Amino acid sequence: MAVITVERKPLTLLERTYLPQIVGGLATTFKHLIAPKKTLEYPEQRPAIPPGYRGVPTLVRDPNGREKCVSCQLCEFVCPPKAIRITPGEISADQTDRAHVEKAPQAFDIDMLRCIYCGLCQEVCPEEAIFLQNQYSMSGYTRAEMVNHKDKLYELGGTLPDQHYKWDQKKTAQDHGNAH
Amino acid sequence: MIAPPKPDLVTVNIDGREIAVPKGTNVIEAARLVNVDVPHYCYHPKLTIVGNCRMCLIEMGMPAVDPATKAPIIDPVTGKPKINWIPRPQIGCGTNVSPGLHVKTTSPMVKDAREGVMEFLLINHPLDCPICDQAGECKLQEQSTGYGRGYSRFVEQKNVKPKRTQLGPRVTLDDERCILCSRCIRFSKEIAKDDVLGFVDRGSYSTLTCFPGKQLANNYSLNTVDICPVGALTSTDFRFKMRVWFLKQTNSIDTETSVGANTVVWSREGQIYRLTPRRNDDVNDTWMPDSGRELFKAVMAADRLVATTHLDALVAQAAELFKMNASAGAIAVVGSGRSSVEEQFLTKKLAAALKASTQLVSRVGQGDQLLISADRNPNVRGALVTGLISKLPKVGDATPLSRSTKGAVAAPIRTGGLTDLAASIDAGKVKVVVSIGEDLIAAGLTAAQLANVSVVYLGTHANATSAAAKIVFPTLSVFEKNGTFVNQQFRLQKFAKAVPGPQGATDDLIVLAKLTAAASSAPMASDLGSLWTLISAEVPAFAMTSYAQVPETGLLIDATPFAALPFVEGETLHFKPAAAAVALDS
Ligand code: SF4
Ligand code: FES
Repeated sequence: MAVITVERKPLTLLERTYLPQIVGGLATTFKHLIAPKKTLEYPEQRPAIPPGYRGVPTLVRDPNGREKCVSCQLCEFVCPPKAIRITPGEISADQTDRAHVEKAPQAFDIDMLRCIYCGLCQEVCPEEAIFLQNQYSMSGYTRAEMVNHKDKLYELGGTLPDQHYKWDQKKTAQDHGNAH
Repeated sequence: MIAPPKPDLVTVNIDGREIAVPKGTNVIEAARLVNVDVPHYCYHPKLTIVGNCRMCLIEMGMPAVDPATKAPIIDPVTGKPKINWIPRPQIGCGTNVSPGLHVKTTSPMVKDAREGVMEFLLINHPLDCPICDQAGECKLQEQSTGYGRGYSRFVEQKNVKPKRTQLGPRVTLDDERCILCSRCIRFSKEIAKDDVLGFVDRGSYSTLTCFPGKQLANNYSLNTVDICPVGALTSTDFRFKMRVWFLKQTNSIDTETSVGANTVVWSREGQIYRLTPRRNDDVNDTWMPDSGRELFKAVMAADRLVATTHLDALVAQAAELFKMNASAGAIAVVGSGRSSVEEQFLTKKLAAALKASTQLVSRVGQGDQLLISADRNPNVRGALVTGLISKLPKVGDATPLSRSTKGAVAAPIRTGGLTDLAASIDAGKVKVVVSIGEDLIAAGLTAAQLANVSVVYLGTHANATSAAAKIVFPTLSVFEKNGTFVNQQFRLQKFAKAVPGPQGATDDLIVLAKLTAAASSAPMASDLGSLWTLISAEVPAFAMTSYAQVPETGLLIDATPFAALPFVEGETLHFKPAAAAVALDS
């Protein structure tokens, strides 16, 4: 290996007094004292989240309050760190308001210790039911606390506008019936 | 069934490639031979051809001949025979090959035809793939990727049809998804011989239903779910349980009868979700009975046996017991027709080391001439071939159904074959009975007889025998281990481990090998590789065979030494009994 000898220059008299460095440092300090503040008093103050931010994945309802997820398990499949776990379930025929959807998750768990916030689940969801929204801070004392269950996911997700009302349209068609 | 291919071959040209195929082959099958996929829905290799889905449209033509001389006309440009292409597409499923036939499957006309058919099929399709169980193995999904439009030009209201009709105890129908291919109807009529399905109404209102007052309830109903190319027919049991793309497929064998239908076990993370048939044209074609599909449920049953004592401690206890009863005939070994060939081989070794008598428990029920045979043990022939037994076990009296057959097959199963053993227990000759997974009480011994002997039980589930046993070795079910069975045709067939066994249960082979080693104080192999070296050396029918060499479709072995034995089976799908079957009144 080539050895490069670096010449160490002796300090000049002025440098040895350290005064230029102290004055330079104080100048920076005083400049920031009067300059506008760049930091936030977190957690009392929270940053504004820009649109398109990928926060904690959440489950959402449509404006009619319908649970959108039908447990197709595509997000479970696509999730690179395998953070999602779904137990699919059937909606029984006697729940007349949503029986036409037939399928909904019995359990839906997202392990936030595994999640890498990649947003693939949101991208793959054919029902537009899972979104990475503004929530960015997750903390807990145990591993179990860091797993978001279905109730928590809906609580975090809330309601988002819907462009299609696919299942409502299906129900209308069903109630309407065939022409013959 | 499809007749064996006749030797006369016909040369056809598919997408420019010449291939000789047997006469009578249709274009779909001929194309398959040159790895050309002709998309299809209604065609099924084991059913009659109806040609009603029109997905398999191809372009075809014949070499032109001069009308006067009958000589082929040569195209002056290419120097090849001129082909007269039929100007309209033809269905590939309904077109049998003829000499010189030319087929195009990639021409613009064919692509156009396929796109047109797909558009019509999807007009009324509910597009509920996110909730559909077929998603991932759906032909409609697959062909949409290749020939779908991606958006719909249909502005009218889609048809509405019933979404969850219960066609029978095990099959749920979603009529909106049905593409009216009629495979299920043909299956019921032609294979299950239970003609209950049909279409009602016309045009886009056509709906699949059961005939009034009928149900799709036969023991083969779930095959309609397998062959339905879309998600219209779904298994009520598997419905909404798991998406198929998560499931690992493992080849296995249906253990309920000696037919040995080839199956696939679908599991995820050590849990089995469903069993489906695996095509084997010499055994079960593409079918299997519904009853066999339930067998995996026993794997997770609450009454599984698991050991709390270390295996070596149990083996030491057994060795002690064996030593105290070392005189010839004091120990009896009850082998099982449900054990694999390798286990039966080791059972024989164990019996030899213990100087014990061997017997097999017989299980006989009513055969259905399809895929349920009268012999309800999957591997009685394995016991004969390996020499565990030399004559067939006696057919017992009707006994209450044992656990693994409960609810599966309605007809009673006679379990028995232990009359000799019962006599020697009564005579006080036998002191120890080693049972390889057989419930001795169900097989005809009385509780009093069992109380007079020490029972060593190897088994998977708790039963009266395991309760009465002195030493219990919890072992693995067929889904948790590797091995082979010999079916009624003397076909050696492999099954593979799909899921790990529960904690505290040991592979039968390991238990048997350890017991044999303890009894004979010589080491005994327990892995399939070394066991098969021993088996092929000792068993003439398996000479030159090894486990790895057994193909997935099975290996026929020499049956001549056993040809004269009075096997109980009657005729089944691909089996004709050599000797007249024992008459069975049920
Ligand atoms: S239910 Fe399935 S198999 Fe039966 S006709 Fe409809 S698409 Fe074909
Ligand atoms: S497969 Fe040929 S018409 Fe259906």
